[in-house]
Amino acid sequence: MIRRVTLPTLIICLLLAAVSLAVERFPPPDFEGGHELPLTTVPAPRADLYEYLDAAVLLAALSLGAWLVLKKRSRRGIFLLMLFSLAYFGLWRKGCVCSIGAIQNVALSLFDSHYVPPLTVIAFFLLPLFFTVFFGRIFCAGVCPLGTIQDLFLLRPLKVPLWLEQALGLLGYLYLGTAVLFAATGSAFIICQYDPFVAFFRLSGSLNMLILGICFLVICMFIGRAYCRFLCPYGVLLRFFSRVSKYHASITPDECIQCRLCEEACPFNAIEKPAQPPASQNRRQGKRLLIFLLVLLPVLTLSSGWLTSKASPAFARMHADVRLADRIWQEENGQAEGTTDASDAFRATGQPAAELYQTAQILQQTFYRGSWALGIFLGLVIGLKLIQLAVRRHKTEYQANRMTCVSCGRCFAYCPRERVRRKELETKHTEHGS
Amino acid sequence: MTTDKKTETNLNRRQFLTNASRGACLLGLGGALGALASRAKSDDMVWQLDPYKCIACGNCATYCVLEQSAVKCVHSYAMCGYCELCTGFFEPEPPALNTGAENQLCPTGAIKRTYVEDPYYEYTIDEPLCIGCGKCVKGCNAFGNGSLFLQVRHDRCLNCNECSIAAACPSQAYTRVPASQPYLLKGKDTTA
Repeated sequence: MIRRVTLPTLIICLLLAAVSLAVERFPPPDFEGGHELPLTTVPAPRADLYEYLDAAVLLAALSLGAWLVLKKRSRRGIFLLMLFSLAYFGLWRKGCVCSIGAIQNVALSLFDSHYVPPLTVIAFFLLPLFFTVFFGRIFCAGVCPLGTIQDLFLLRPLKVPLWLEQALGLLGYLYLGTAVLFAATGSAFIICQYDPFVAFFRLSGSLNMLILGICFLVICMFIGRAYCRFLCPYGVLLRFFSRVSKYHASITPDECIQCRLCEEACPFNAIEKPAQPPASQNRRQGKRLLIFLLVLLPVLTLSSGWLTSKASPAFARMHADVRLADRIWQEENGQAEGTTDASDAFRATGQPAAELYQTAQILQQTFYRGSWALGIFLGLVIGLKLIQLAVRRHKTEYQANRMTCVSCGRCFAYCPRERVRRKELETKHTEHGS
Repeated sequence: MTTDKKTETNLNRRQFLTNASRGACLLGLGGALGALASRAKSDDMVWQLDPYKCIACGNCATYCVLEQSAVKCVHSYAMCGYCELCTGFFEPEPPALNTGAENQLCPTGAIKRTYVEDPYYEYTIDEPLCIGCGKCVKGCNAFGNGSLFLQVRHDRCLNCNECSIAAACPSQAYTRVPASQPYLLKGKDTTA
């Protein structure tokens, strides 16, 4: 048994020693015939110019989208813009870096001073957000290649019950929070690793990613933009900004005549029906519920923070150094047999294990704090969601919910007032009708 | 009349809150822009692997999102010993020291062996054939000068936001480098 373990170890040690000493065992020859050495080729990466072109195209597409949604009110125009974006940002640009993934670059650059984000990444992160503050989720409507590919596959939308919609909507916050945690600690970019559609844009990828992508597209045939609505971490930010947008797509070009024709128009559950103010009896009950939820909020926040902090050892294992330290410790203490590529490579560097353990410990502490922050964030989100659901607003017209509406423009054509605006209907008829 | 007034003040209040939060959002975005842009570099970053950290494990060949990896073997000719028995080219204990397929280490025959003068042979990489498995790199490092090494070839690399190979690299050899200096080469710089 001892022989079996020591012999490979000896060979590996010899090999590793050889690797570390790999310098001119055989001195380069002086050729008598004057043989000229070939040169090592170094093909250049894509020129920076293209990166700036991408940012310029993004700006142009966002501007065009805003004009199409708010001024022209043309679903056809948005559809064409969608096709263009899918071709340019998806197939031509191969989908990287996208605004969704750029969240991680920004998070990493905020927490790691060694990482310097390129200007284009900043442009892809901030431009859509700026546009959303003014015009709503134009980016989702026709610029994001992930959104457009899902929108194009929408075949027969099924109505998702509102409670399910609200509950699943929380997944996006979870995804955003964990993605920022892993990116900020320099562990992994999980948004990129689990991007379901990028394999289609690259026309290659691992089998798992392809299966995941196909599953998503099949789901998207029946549940419109499933990724956008329930998972997209960038969508979480956009929803937040869209809520206070200066201008926003509206179903009717001027006034709502409560004809109910648009009621079923939205495949994404984003049209809100008029709601009467609750009766005074209900109102008192509602107030009590609201006070209860307000008291619950800090409790929920703290308990969620505490709970999530319990998961921090598991989170920390996403970092390669923590995994490596674990493995080395196990090997040193006889809990694991043999060695892995990673532990061999570490030993070959000659770095003492104690240093690695220390690095891992610091990382684990960082993860502990990060998990608390993540938990507090999630608790806040759930608590505020409950409060939001408890507050009933008095609404008099059919309106697009500014948070969930992606400004796709499908509902425009359903509105008779829009038909009047386009002069497809005569004003006389509708006046008669109303 | 009073209800009208009430709804009006309600609306005004809501309007004010919306405007205020929009202002806050813009302020936040502006702050983010300032914080990021003050540190940002106009130079793009690309992925590259440090050949001195590389252990030629073979992950480069399989983990790249491209069907044929963007990582290829590169030769630093000035470091090469031009050996007749090249351990990067030949199998351990080859049947014969010639270019027969049974003697070669490379699974795709991507290394070309040409006679220069006695007793020296030159080894060049046929890049379209190379799959970046690093078998030759391992052999060359073990018993030779280490003049064969792996590099991300930027005419092929898609520059993913997170490199899939980097995530799978056991020796953490991958780093982001400035696009103006996209290679980490071994030996003296004798590039084309």
